[in-house]
Amino acid sequence: MNNPANLPNNLKYTASHEWVKTEADGTISIGITEHAQELLGDMVFVEAPAVGRKLKAKEECTVVESVKAAADVYAPVNGVVTAVNSELDSTPEKINEDPYAAWIFKMKPDNAADVAALLDAKAYQTVVDSEAH
Amino acid sequence: MSLKQTPLNAAHRAMGAKMVDFGGWDMPVNYGSQIDEHHQVRHDCGMFDVSHMRVVDMRGAGVRGFLRYLLANNVDKLTMSGKALYSTMLLDNGGVIDDLIVYFMNKEWFRIVVNAGTADKDIAWMKQQATQHAPKLVIADHPELAMIAVQGPNARAKVWEALPGSKELTENLIPFSAVEMGTMFIARTGYTGEDGFEIMIPAKAAPMFWATLAEKGVKPIGLGARDTLRLEAGMNLYGQDMDETISPLEAGLAWTVDLKSERDFIGKAALIANPPKRKLVGLVLQDRGVLRGHQVVQTAHGAGEITSGSFSPTLEKSIALARVPKEVQVGDSVQVEIRDKLLNAKVVKYPFARNGKGLI
Repeated sequence: MNNPANLPNNLKYTASHEWVKTEADGTISIGITEHAQELLGDMVFVEAPAVGRKLKAKEECTVVESVKAAADVYAPVNGVVTAVNSELDSTPEKINEDPYAAWIFKMKPDNAADVAALLDAKAYQTVVDSEAH
Repeated sequence: MSLKQTPLNAAHRAMGAKMVDFGGWDMPVNYGSQIDEHHQVRHDCGMFDVSHMRVVDMRGAGVRGFLRYLLANNVDKLTMSGKALYSTMLLDNGGVIDDLIVYFMNKEWFRIVVNAGTADKDIAWMKQQATQHAPKLVIADHPELAMIAVQGPNARAKVWEALPGSKELTENLIPFSAVEMGTMFIARTGYTGEDGFEIMIPAKAAPMFWATLAEKGVKPIGLGARDTLRLEAGMNLYGQDMDETISPLEAGLAWTVDLKSERDFIGKAALIANPPKRKLVGLVLQDRGVLRGHQVVQTAHGAGEITSGSFSPTLEKSIALARVPKEVQVGDSVQVEIRDKLLNAKVVKYPFARNGKGLI
């Protein structure tokens, strides 16, 4: 990437380009990073997992499609889906406009320590940098 | 292997383009939002760098007779200087080597524009055929010519502003024809379903012309929007909708193949011996999702396959071209396998959109 990625420090990240935010109630919100939306381009479709679905870490659970391509989104940790952002059904472009506000689904993690063990902004930046070469 | 660059490479980077490897060429896929660029062309105008495409000139006595044999469409339809014809060039077995535009300039000069990825193969084939059938023809390609397409309802007016003297020369140019202007060649052709020009210009002069168009307010458009524009316009893309294993009659190109005249041409006997079993149709997805190439289409008459699919910014729905059994009819409901689901789609007559408007 030509520009350094925009990576808020209060979020956790995965090597597969999801961001993870811990909410006040202990659930986590999951979206895709600015870098990921930049690679995919204009979003036109989001297929989120069903509420109540149990997910394992690194399990494919969501598909985001841009004009250009479809991409899988993976569960960052083990847990249960508690909510999906239905606003993205009609306005998937919010992922492009404000990727860190456009959460795709929420989970209740089985183990909060799994979330703490995800990448921080600096470690994720290293992942992004390594892909550029 | 290093990527090939057009003369406008630096200009694209300066304009913030996202560059990608496009068949060995370093090309702009977008300059921001592909969807915005798409609408820009449908409703105003935009410019595309298509310098990777190749210009081939054929010169000499007997050039018309040779092209009559080389191409599936009939160059005898070209009687007025500058007039263009869309055609396929076929193998003996009827498979498509490439699709191209051929311009009749004078009785000893025809100009052909071929696709980038197939250019070397095309020229080798042309020369091989000429050796047998027209050994005195001179076939010369022109990689030193850049090509800029300016497309959209306001495209011609913008070119007239940017290029003094061009208005007088091209105001009365009918669609699908071209005229020379000094070292430039201006054709009223395109790949978007909108009015406009495709302009060939020496590589050295291309960056200045591009910059002048930009000054006049013409926005650069990437190859991403070029693909959704051509798909909405129902125009085939070589390598996706047809290739050397596909007959033009199964690729929606029967209208470009002249089987009526007495004329023989390469591939004719194979086309007559193998009547089409499949045909190309348009699909509009009824359910939520995005149609993509290679997805399987289930019909009442057997399976087919999507050849090109995407999201249509004009219709705000997913659309596709698909090759299906020939019994399938417009209005039929079909199902498309997307991941682990079967989604509903409707068979439609394409084009999907042209001249600023959705047609579905």
